[in-house]
Amino acid sequence: MQLYDMPDARGHFGPYGGIFVAETLIEALDELRAMYERYRHDPEFLAEFAYDLKHFVGRPSPVYYAERLSKKIGGAKIYLKREDLNHTGAHKVNNTIGQALLAKRMGKPRVIAETGAGQHGVATATIAARLGLECVVYMGSEDVKRQAPNVYRMKLLGATVVPVESGSKTLKDALNEAMRDWVTNISDTFYIIGTVAGPHPYPMMVRDFQAVIGIEAKEQMLEMIGRQPDAVIACVGGGSNAMGIFYPYIDLKDVRLIGVEAAGHGIETGQHAAPLTANSPAGVLHGNRTYLMQDENGQIIETHSVSAGLDYPGVGPEHAWLKDIKRAEYVAVTDDEALEAFHTLCRTEGIIPALESSHALAYAIKLAATMSPDQALLVNLSGRGDKDINTVASLAGITL
Amino acid sequence: MSRIQATFATLKSQGKKALIPYITAGDPHPKHTVALMHALVQAGSDIIELGVPFSDPMADGPVIQRATERALVHKVGLGNVLEMVREFRLTDGDTPVVLMGYANPIEAMGQGRFAERAHEAGVDGVLIVDYPPEECQEFVGLLKAQQLDPIFLLSPTSETSRVDMIVHQAGGFVYYVSLKGVTGSKNLDIAEVGAKVQAIRGRTDLPIGVGFGVRDAATARAVADVADAVVIGSRMIQEIENSSEENLLSNVAQLTQTLRAAIDDIQK
Repeated sequence: MQLYDMPDARGHFGPYGGIFVAETLIEALDELRAMYERYRHDPEFLAEFAYDLKHFVGRPSPVYYAERLSKKIGGAKIYLKREDLNHTGAHKVNNTIGQALLAKRMGKPRVIAETGAGQHGVATATIAARLGLECVVYMGSEDVKRQAPNVYRMKLLGATVVPVESGSKTLKDALNEAMRDWVTNISDTFYIIGTVAGPHPYPMMVRDFQAVIGIEAKEQMLEMIGRQPDAVIACVGGGSNAMGIFYPYIDLKDVRLIGVEAAGHGIETGQHAAPLTANSPAGVLHGNRTYLMQDENGQIIETHSVSAGLDYPGVGPEHAWLKDIKRAEYVAVTDDEALEAFHTLCRTEGIIPALESSHALAYAIKLAATMSPDQALLVNLSGRGDKDINTVASLAGITL
Repeated sequence: MSRIQATFATLKSQGKKALIPYITAGDPHPKHTVALMHALVQAGSDIIELGVPFSDPMADGPVIQRATERALVHKVGLGNVLEMVREFRLTDGDTPVVLMGYANPIEAMGQGRFAERAHEAGVDGVLIVDYPPEECQEFVGLLKAQQLDPIFLLSPTSETSRVDMIVHQAGGFVYYVSLKGVTGSKNLDIAEVGAKVQAIRGRTDLPIGVGFGVRDAATARAVADVADAVVIGSRMIQEIENSSEENLLSNVAQLTQTLRAAIDDIQK
């Protein structure tokens, strides 16, 4: 029995979370909440979910001991939870399958999604193709440029990709546009949110679907080293892969939980995507209250990260809560540090990590160096880096 | 009696309906906003709905999004909007002003400080799109303590028990969103709106305004037939968007007069 019991009935994690939407969305959220309550413990639903995770995604994803990397650092042993080996190449698919199965049960023939790096869009398009659902993905036009291979992937899978030209033309604007679509097409459309943000029940529901990462890891670590790691480390944009691996560990107080945000060009430059590390004030955006990067007028400010998947001005409300109660620690690493970790993992382990996951890895490498070889770190390697090779090449001045 | 109550009482005694135009503060340029407000009043508006620009206007369609972006070029924030209301009040002590916007600028200023400053500036009502009643009980208390009316949206999907809960907290008037979707959407079904407004009328004495989807004299007239107030947003913003600096005030006045005439036509 888990002692930690969040959120409350209306989705509050302490002062964070909640349901901050226009009246026109309330009924749809009521319906979604009721349906999720009905199915979240339903054996048949859970069995169908588990079946797809095993046979379609290829779960359980392994935990891998990065031996050469660990020995090179000479500190704590680094273990990688290999979400990069999932079908579609990232953790995102765990959640899209859960929500798409719910959409099917609710009789919604059309699903929509927002996407930043494109991983959530690809994962949504994938499950939509498999279930025969119409799929529309909103993506900031800046991200469309940065992530061309994923845009094409979504199209191959039969999805319509809509470039969003408003605001900063990135993930947050894609989310705004998806919300507008949803409110207009509520009767036949299910909105598959990709991260632990948005109005209740999304932060809880996405966490629950992603918790399979942490549930597996707990068993796998016991099998491999006979105990749990000293710390679990994951990157945090909206924070879904981090919540997925943290959640089953929350009651194990001896295990440090460390979320790694994107420091971009450096926190001090203001060009980053690290609201928790930079102590940004709390506010309301995208249906929930959380820490937000904003100016003195409460306008959301543009973020920067080399990694599109971390380029978000807010953070899931449960992370805001875990920060406040000091159950999790939040740190940030810069673009340069993440890129260095990216190259290091490629060369020492033969694994090309996503730039998002490279942030978690960069911090793990730093932390491991201060620890001893009888200690262990578990890093959520949330995605693979094939999608990022154009970005990495162009930063090195190479045109592919 | 508040300015909003007085306005609706006067209109009722004359057998008229309220015309409530929406403009975004700072659009097309902050220097025009107060003049636009006065022009709207002179051309026959009863209440002014003034939009507070926000970087992420999730409930708005492309027309109001563009208005917001034009205002944000000039960094118009909540503090500036309150200054505009204060300036408007120097020469107009009667026309109610309702601020419409999103939660985060209020949170950044602080709910209590906002309520005090809004009262001092001469604001009458506040409609925060992403503060549903469950999430803003404390805020509603702070508003009421400063004699500000909390204005809430009702939607075609709001169930009866929810309508009761909302009108219980609301003040001034309630704002029925006439269709599913974002601001500026099309295809208004007047019969459906009429039925819903009638149902709401059975549950509150507050006047009922209808907006989202009013786009010309005909729809304004049809809405006036069933509601107490007609809110016109995106169509007004389009007029601003399509005007030059020289004909801005006259174009907006002309549109307002056309709508006024259409709304008053229901008496005949």
